[in-house]
Amino acid sequence: MSDESPLILGVPSKGRLMDQTRDVFAAKGLVFKKTGNERGYRGTIDGLDDVELTYLSASEISHYLKTGRIHMGVTGEDLMREHIRDFDRIISRSQPLDFGNADVVVAVPGSWIDVTTMNDIEDVAVTFHHVHDRRLRVATKYMSLTRQFFSDRGISSYRIVESLGATEGTPSAGTAEIIVDITSTGQTLRANHLKILDDGVILKSQANLFVSNMADWTDRATGGRDQVLERFAQNPD
Amino acid sequence: MSAESAQKFEALEAQASALLEYFVKAGYEPVAPSIIQPASIFLDRIGEALRNRTYVFTDPDGEELCLRPDLTIPSSRLYLERHPEGRTKAKYCYNGPAFRFQAHTGDDDQPREFRQAGIENFGAGDPCKSDAEILSLVAGALENSGIENLHLKIGDLGLFYALLDALEIPERWKNRLKHHYWRPETFQGLMLQLQDPAKYVDQGMAGDLISRLSIDEPVAAREAVTEFLDSNDIPHIGERSIDEITARLLEKSQDLKAYPVPKETTDLIANYLAISGPPKAAAARIADLANANNLDLSAALDTFKKRNEALTKAGINLSEAHFSAEYGRNLEYYTGFVFQLELTELGVAGQIAGGGRYDGLLTDIGAPRAVPAIGSAIHTERLLDIVGQRSES
Repeated sequence: MSDESPLILGVPSKGRLMDQTRDVFAAKGLVFKKTGNERGYRGTIDGLDDVELTYLSASEISHYLKTGRIHMGVTGEDLMREHIRDFDRIISRSQPLDFGNADVVVAVPGSWIDVTTMNDIEDVAVTFHHVHDRRLRVATKYMSLTRQFFSDRGISSYRIVESLGATEGTPSAGTAEIIVDITSTGQTLRANHLKILDDGVILKSQANLFVSNMADWTDRATGGRDQVLERFAQNPD
Repeated sequence: MSAESAQKFEALEAQASALLEYFVKAGYEPVAPSIIQPASIFLDRIGEALRNRTYVFTDPDGEELCLRPDLTIPSSRLYLERHPEGRTKAKYCYNGPAFRFQAHTGDDDQPREFRQAGIENFGAGDPCKSDAEILSLVAGALENSGIENLHLKIGDLGLFYALLDALEIPERWKNRLKHHYWRPETFQGLMLQLQDPAKYVDQGMAGDLISRLSIDEPVAAREAVTEFLDSNDIPHIGERSIDEITARLLEKSQDLKAYPVPKETTDLIANYLAISGPPKAAAARIADLANANNLDLSAALDTFKKRNEALTKAGINLSEAHFSAEYGRNLEYYTGFVFQLELTELGVAGQIAGGGRYDGLLTDIGAPRAVPAIGSAIHTERLLDIVGQRSES
């Protein structure tokens, strides 16, 4: 039994996500311990010999869940839905963790008083192309969520501009007309004179503990998984 | 997936060369357009069904490129490169890979890398004659490969456009209906909304403002919009100007004042789209529908009949063919005659060849004048499988 590889659990390696993950797990009686020095990237959970922690960036966690390099992982649903197209095949279970709540939304300049819904966007896009001789630009880091959402609503006359930071500033800066971004209170959007469309919420996201179908599920890893999930079942909020 | 065995690959090559040879004999020049193509023209024109399945990537210079999901647009670009004026007649044939994302790989019927062999005809004079030429050539090539008795399905987007043009509704609504024709759900929603513009025009916070605007006083309208923004503390940001915002608010105010599209009209469109059956009977039903509603569709119906005559003359048995008014709704670049040859017993995978007329595409990719164009492509993997199955049984 002990020859088999343990369950590998990927957890965020820095910032508020790391702290909140540690606290939520601790509240369920699952106390993280880093192995090696304080800045190491490995760890264990007190009393669970079949679980090994690995500290990763949020986007590495979604990628490793997809490839099966880790069995379980904590990350935002936004990143998972963005990076994993056939989510239901890859992920066998999602345990919401009640933190990191935020919406992925479509926002336009507040001065577009003629625009309130996604229906307006295609109209505006067609005219915009005609007037400016280029496509309406949508700045986002959520390229595939955006493509899917726009395509489901029959919107095609736009271009995506990949934006890896300060997306909310792109309309003022003149590098995009529309943005798709994550927001928790909407305050940053308002500060940048943007408004969310009435039907512009693409995804209500929060941090989840995801279980991957793609990993190598040894008996030992399955045992580790059951122990972790049991603590979540036994200690509801 | 495309882990083709060497044997299958050789069989595909042999079959493809036979197809190409057949096309070359008919006067079509073999061409090999680039596999990597600029992404934008595909994303703009290829339609919902393919847009999400096109492999798009950004190169180190930031250019958005794609692996071609079909060969029609690459052939059109090649034509335009050779003939920038678009005045020259040209007939091309090709055999080469195309790429489409498949959500569940591992299915041999739906490979993400597949081969298309096909023909494209640019600048031909008589559309009905060239429509018939393309279809009979592809049917002949398939017969030559050992496949007979394929089922023929045809459609005609020209009829639909003629129907919309004949209706008495505002021009901008016609344009919107045409624009959304490729997205059946959005189209359906739009038809319902046009029955009740007050509901359709989402006025949002600017409702009061819209009701005060008049198309006859554009300067005053612009002032009212600026004042509205100022009094609500909304700074104007971005490249879309106040003039553009005003123009669209004026359009909304016109929509509100326009007569709603009567239910009879949206019913008429729905009834038209539901017509299907043998081409001759379908044409009669369309003529009846037009007469009953006092619409003049005679030009489009004449083209339809003339084409059918040309098809019959080219040896196509139309009495066994199936016409569907709605067919052709999946590729945005088609403008007229559309067709597919299929083995009905195989479902979607039974579509062996498909094609159609795309008269608007060349101007979209930069031709200075309209270039009539029609083409057709053969799914060579499916053809090979079927030939194989038939020779085994």
